[in-house]
Amino acid sequence: MEKLDLQALGLRALNEKLQKQTDETNQRDWEIINPRGSHAIAVGVDAPINVTVRGSTGYYCGGMNKQAQINVDGSAGPGVAENMMSGIIIIKGDASQYAGATGHGGTLVIKGNAASRCGISMKGIDIVVHGNIGHMSAFMAQSGNLVVCGDAGDALGDSIYEARLFVRGSVKSLGADCIEKEMCSEHLEILRDLLEKGECDAKPEEFKRYGSARQLYNFKIDNAY
Amino acid sequence: MCGIVGLFLKDKSLEADLGRMLSEMLVTMTDRGPDSAGIAVYNAHHAGQAKITIQANHPQTDFDGLENKLGAAIGASVKMDVRDTHAILAMPKASLDAAMAELRQLDPVIRIMGRGESIEIYKEVGLPESVVSRFNIVKMTGTHGIGHTRMATESAVTTMGAHPFNTGSDQCLVHNGSLSNHNSLRRKLRRENIRIETENDTEVAAAYLTWKLQNGSSLGEALESSLNDLDGFFTFVVGTKDGFGVVRDPIACKPAVMAETESYVAFGSEYRALVNLPNIGQARVWEPEPATVYFWNH
Repeated sequence: MEKLDLQALGLRALNEKLQKQTDETNQRDWEIINPRGSHAIAVGVDAPINVTVRGSTGYYCGGMNKQAQINVDGSAGPGVAENMMSGIIIIKGDASQYAGATGHGGTLVIKGNAASRCGISMKGIDIVVHGNIGHMSAFMAQSGNLVVCGDAGDALGDSIYEARLFVRGSVKSLGADCIEKEMCSEHLEILRDLLEKGECDAKPEEFKRYGSARQLYNFKIDNAY
Repeated sequence: MCGIVGLFLKDKSLEADLGRMLSEMLVTMTDRGPDSAGIAVYNAHHAGQAKITIQANHPQTDFDGLENKLGAAIGASVKMDVRDTHAILAMPKASLDAAMAELRQLDPVIRIMGRGESIEIYKEVGLPESVVSRFNIVKMTGTHGIGHTRMATESAVTTMGAHPFNTGSDQCLVHNGSLSNHNSLRRKLRRENIRIETENDTEVAAAYLTWKLQNGSSLGEALESSLNDLDGFFTFVVGTKDGFGVVRDPIACKPAVMAETESYVAFGSEYRALVNLPNIGQARVWEPEPATVYFWNH
């Protein structure tokens, strides 16, 4: 375990150390202390390492992550795991707006609540939220899965392409072209795996599935103003 | 961007540290706005007394003899305490309106930053660190305070365009965002005889709340109606003589974090601003909901 003090080391030096790690590294476990809500902690990591941040983070923690497991022992500011490619990021507390935005792959687990625009333009990432999510979540979502164990805010899945949205609680309102869909056995299987990966004890049968009605794919004169 | 901080103390033993805590919070937010910075502090007041915070570019000459001149004009005793480019003028509360009218005749040499029974406002072009040190904010005591560092989008970078804005006795407002209907609303408020000094969008929001409060709304009600009448992006933090409120527009893209303990309620544009507060590890920390009014009263 290598311990890095963000306040002593500075952000650039800290991120450089993490970004230099490769697939062959022997230094697998890293701990970051004194994050104090700083921005861009552990962005651009591309190695199978474990990074634990002891405290809350600011904007863009774990952005562009590949392979690494990043644990935030606190809450995360806006844009956590933005454009993540692979690996897993686990937030112990809450996440601010646009968590997992544009993520291509990997898993983002939020053990508290997520604010607005969670999973906006998601492109293959899996997001598991133990609590609630805010308005405009999964806006223009293209691929991947968003699992919400609590409630969803207004305009869920507005202008969605093809992501799967699973919500256990209430949905305040659905966005344009987002509809409730039948939960088939294949979806229950996918959901069971995601809940397990997200360390969540909810039952897949308690969820409803939402997705695209596919009515905005092509130009239709009825949709024009 | 813009950075906002606010601190409302419930525990009287922290009042001596208000200026220090608020200063640290504001300096942490420096990189959210380099154009101007300001702080409103609500501190102990004497019954029947009021004060006006004024500013001048050449304090040595512009403030010279002002105390006596103003005292003679309003027929009351006035005490002046000069702090860098600002001065606090203290006078009987009954003479506040007369003093305001006299001082407005001296505009633009003398500019009014704020007035009320307990509010003092210090704001200038420059970084938070410079504003904090010029006015020795660290040493100030008080019950609650609000700070702002500005990245200008609407109107000029001047002292008058800096936040907090004070448009009514003991009221102040700071803003992160931009309003799109401020011109039409400014015209409407001016027709209602609400005084608005600048072309700044935030001053219109402050004046709007003043107008609502004048017409009998509580701070909470005024903030509720702002959600219908103001169009644009906003996170507002507002202060009154004994109250502190927060509201975000329904889209809520401007960041906000709050923390509450038994000793205080704190606001920051980011969590970074809150990390040095006492017992922050035990505080309830949350993000204020969109289109939801929060306020606290002493």
